[in-house]
Amino acid sequence: MLRETNRHFKFDWTTIILFLLLVSFGYLNILSASHSGSSVNYFNLSQPYGKQLVFIFFTFGLIIILLSIDTKFYERFSSIIYIISILSLIGLFIFGKNVNGATSWYGIGGLTIQPSEFAKTGTALAVAKHISDLNTDIKNLKDQIQTFIIILIPALLIILQNDTGSTLVYVAFFFVLYREGLPQIYLTLGIIAIVIAVSSLKFGSVVASIIIIITITVYYFLNKKRPPILQSIFILIICIGLSFIVNFFYKSVIPPHQKDRMNLWLRLEKDPIKLERMKKTFAYNLNESEKAISSGGVTGKGFMEGTRTTGKFVPEQHTDYIFSTVGEEWGFLGSAFVVITFVLLLLRILHLAELQKSQFSRVYGYGVAGIIFMHFLINIGMVMGLIPTIGIPLPLFSYGGSGLWAFTILLFIFVKLDSNRINEW
Amino acid sequence: MRRLLLYLSIILTGVLFISRLFYLQVYSSNEYNLDNDNAIRKVYDYPKRGFVYDRNGKLLVSNQPSYDVMVVPREVETLDTLEFCSLIKIDREKFIKTLKKAKKYSSRLPSVFVSHLSKEDYAILQEKMRKYRGFYVQKRSLRHYETSIGANVLGDIGEVNNTIIKKDPYYKMGDLIGKQGVEASYEKTLRGIKGVKRIQKDRFNRNIGPYKDGKLDTIPVQGKNITITIDAKLQAYGELLMQNKRGGIIAIEPSTGEILTMVSAPSYNPNLLIGRGRSKNFSRLYTDTIDKPLFDRGLKAQYPPGSPFKALNALIGLQESVITTEDKFKCRMGYYLGRKKLTGCHYHRSPLSMNEGIAQSCNAYFVNVYRRIIDKYEEPYDGMNVWSNHVKSFGLGNYLGYDLKIGNKGRVPDGDFYNKWYGKNRWASTFNISNAIGQGEVETTPIQLANMVAAIGNRGYFYTPHIIKTIEGGTINSKYTTPKYTTIDKQHFEPVIQGMYDVFNKGTGVALQVKDIEICGKTGTAENFMKINGKKEQLTDHSVFVAFAPKNSPKIAIAVFVENGYWGSRFAGKIASLIIEKHIKGHITRIDLEEWILKHSLKNEYAKPYSGEALKINRYSQLQIIEEQEYYKLKERLSKLQNQ
Repeated sequence: MLRETNRHFKFDWTTIILFLLLVSFGYLNILSASHSGSSVNYFNLSQPYGKQLVFIFFTFGLIIILLSIDTKFYERFSSIIYIISILSLIGLFIFGKNVNGATSWYGIGGLTIQPSEFAKTGTALAVAKHISDLNTDIKNLKDQIQTFIIILIPALLIILQNDTGSTLVYVAFFFVLYREGLPQIYLTLGIIAIVIAVSSLKFGSVVASIIIIITITVYYFLNKKRPPILQSIFILIICIGLSFIVNFFYKSVIPPHQKDRMNLWLRLEKDPIKLERMKKTFAYNLNESEKAISSGGVTGKGFMEGTRTTGKFVPEQHTDYIFSTVGEEWGFLGSAFVVITFVLLLLRILHLAELQKSQFSRVYGYGVAGIIFMHFLINIGMVMGLIPTIGIPLPLFSYGGSGLWAFTILLFIFVKLDSNRINEW
Repeated sequence: MRRLLLYLSIILTGVLFISRLFYLQVYSSNEYNLDNDNAIRKVYDYPKRGFVYDRNGKLLVSNQPSYDVMVVPREVETLDTLEFCSLIKIDREKFIKTLKKAKKYSSRLPSVFVSHLSKEDYAILQEKMRKYRGFYVQKRSLRHYETSIGANVLGDIGEVNNTIIKKDPYYKMGDLIGKQGVEASYEKTLRGIKGVKRIQKDRFNRNIGPYKDGKLDTIPVQGKNITITIDAKLQAYGELLMQNKRGGIIAIEPSTGEILTMVSAPSYNPNLLIGRGRSKNFSRLYTDTIDKPLFDRGLKAQYPPGSPFKALNALIGLQESVITTEDKFKCRMGYYLGRKKLTGCHYHRSPLSMNEGIAQSCNAYFVNVYRRIIDKYEEPYDGMNVWSNHVKSFGLGNYLGYDLKIGNKGRVPDGDFYNKWYGKNRWASTFNISNAIGQGEVETTPIQLANMVAAIGNRGYFYTPHIIKTIEGGTINSKYTTPKYTTIDKQHFEPVIQGMYDVFNKGTGVALQVKDIEICGKTGTAENFMKINGKKEQLTDHSVFVAFAPKNSPKIAIAVFVENGYWGSRFAGKIASLIIEKHIKGHITRIDLEEWILKHSLKNEYAKPYSGEALKINRYSQLQIIEEQEYYKLKERLSKLQNQ
């Protein structure tokens, strides 16, 4: 009996409180963004806020189930969960329902389920399982390739369903692998490639090339060991080549509507008439959401008092653009509160992951943090115009049953794993 | 080390997001203001604009409904364009052009299709309106002038311009505002305060309900009615007398400072600046640079005052004790300094004392007085300043502060003025003796002159001239009910007033006497110049006349000036005496004088500068008599006026 009580109190309540804060604050904002008229029937199931309340209700049941299942289950059945996830993704090609151009939904009666949300958990479990296997060493090329394949299968299936946003989330596993010993060269090359690509687009290949030449020359002469000259020249040519290839690719291969998005993001479009047109077409959401956030000022207009929210100026506001409601009605203080809560949750998960004695739990914990971080980064970054428009929900906050449940499962499996760490060896 | 990558990425992202939020919400966000929120549509409820009555309670300005045809382009269905166009009196091309323009503005929102439909057109259109889908009629309120007189006093209203919108957030695009006259100076009283309803919009610009359940909405405050000091009958009479002449009449009630009449000729019918024809008519009036009908001559025409100014010099001389009423000065058809003639004079008895000096308007007499004032002090600089301060105490040389268009300051020179002109102390009283007879550097406007005689009639004080008599449910500015005192003691006024009375008895205005009314006045002429082909040319003098009556406890003080009317009693004096009689008696006994004024025109004089011929002025000017037909028209107007 005593052991039983103790076990309940071993759950990490900090994580659970942060989780509850986000879910309940999210609900308030969904209520504000989706209600119409002055009287609100909180249980109106035809409205998003009514449905979300039901989703949240079921979430608590889900949590109890997740925490009751034995820890060993998750590790033992991770491969099977992964395979089911993959099958559910493949099934979409046959039974899938097309919503907003992406075939990523199952329609069952009035409900729709998005398997890609759950596939992230499956992949996180599978990666954790694979890396924690005694025979796996991530420093070996063979094991690296195997791990990549585990990650890439769901990623590719999702991109085939035209859901670019969800695919990008799989970048999260890079953080996991890096933590577990993926060679440094991947990080270095990755960063250099991103820097060269972005600066080539922003400043043009010629300027970018000059910067590359200067950087490498300076590096060459400052380095006491003097790397071989031929190797340096080879790297230089590769870098400059990349710069020109990126621009060529951008100019001739990328479809114009995506190019417009990039132009807007990189602030390359200077023509005011074209900018105005962009604001009326694809950048409409972004423009409206930025306006809504700005209009909130320091303290916001107050709960349910946002004029742009009430007027439904921001399309999709209760789903992907929910953060603009926070910005308008709760102002800088409320928005900063949400950002800080997310940061605290992520840091808490990382902290717990590092404490894990089993490698499986640690890798999984890293996966959880990575996935939530990618969502956080892309969603809020997009809503505030820091990164190009990519449709992806804000975890625990945005409207949607699949999303809420998937993140609950993702997070509470880790809470359960963590509660058992004393028993682990 | 490796575990730091995700930690740092998370923290960095958090910092980046909060900085971005700070930039968007704190740094670059303007203070949130409900009035600038374009998610809220404001619908204004315009109050009734206040009416304007004359001093006897006659309604001068009211409102009339006007009908605008509105269109919502997306709701328009095929219609009988020909019939519709004939109903609203436009042609097919205009129909297509306007519809296109409206569509370009918005296909969902209403825009004005045709504005200011007349009542008659509206009555016909109304019955057929339901046939034309997408069109509807909106009622607006326009001004209605119940009279054809006093355009310069009543003014007009028009759409606000951007400068005002920027300065005063009350006004929005398309609002109406007083542009001239009392409409402008009592704008805030007349307009009231518009009410506002706030309506929440959605992103398609549709109304989705009152914002905050209408808690912040306001109801309009009706505009207040005002009564102005103008006597409409007298004003109409004055305007009639000024037909075919240019100039101004200002009549003030000395005991109150109320402006009884304010004529500026040529004028226009105030109803021209209403509704559909407004912009066309306004630009026609505005671009008429010859007649300048929008130039309010009573307030703005600034000239040397001429002889009426002499009365002031007499008063100052007495106040400074440099002369007595009995001091006599010689006049040899002018004033001589040594052998040099400084100013001429006409023939009259000599030597003469103050009474005759004023009545005969002797130049030499006043040059002597003026020199004594200036030379009383060791330095002419000090004398000049003393003189200047006396003159200014009569409201000359600065804005009077009346509640109409600001007008002109006029000019009264002082010591510094001549120091700047000639160099410090390098001048003497002989340098500017023209000031003695009102022809030098002194310049005044007609309303300043009228106010000056009012102050003389009051024996030493005046009330700031004003146009407002009462405001419904309000009070008028106290500056119009507080007397302003001149620097001249009361006892000095009697001899000067006697002199002005004798102008009518035995002086320059004998012909202008009115039976049973003791008038005190002063004739004058004002030299004036015009640039013709880049050359400054002198034109026939302006005819000037100032007066007040009756002599004791005056009821009216008046200044009349008629452009190029030559000497004072030729035009201005006659008009002034007729106005005085009309005001005091209510009818005219000297029909011949009235007929003379109506019959005579100065149009030939005004045509001279544009004729291209050599100018023949003053004694070469000839009287012009108007055509019989026109004369009968004026007579008809006159009899209508008398029957009112």
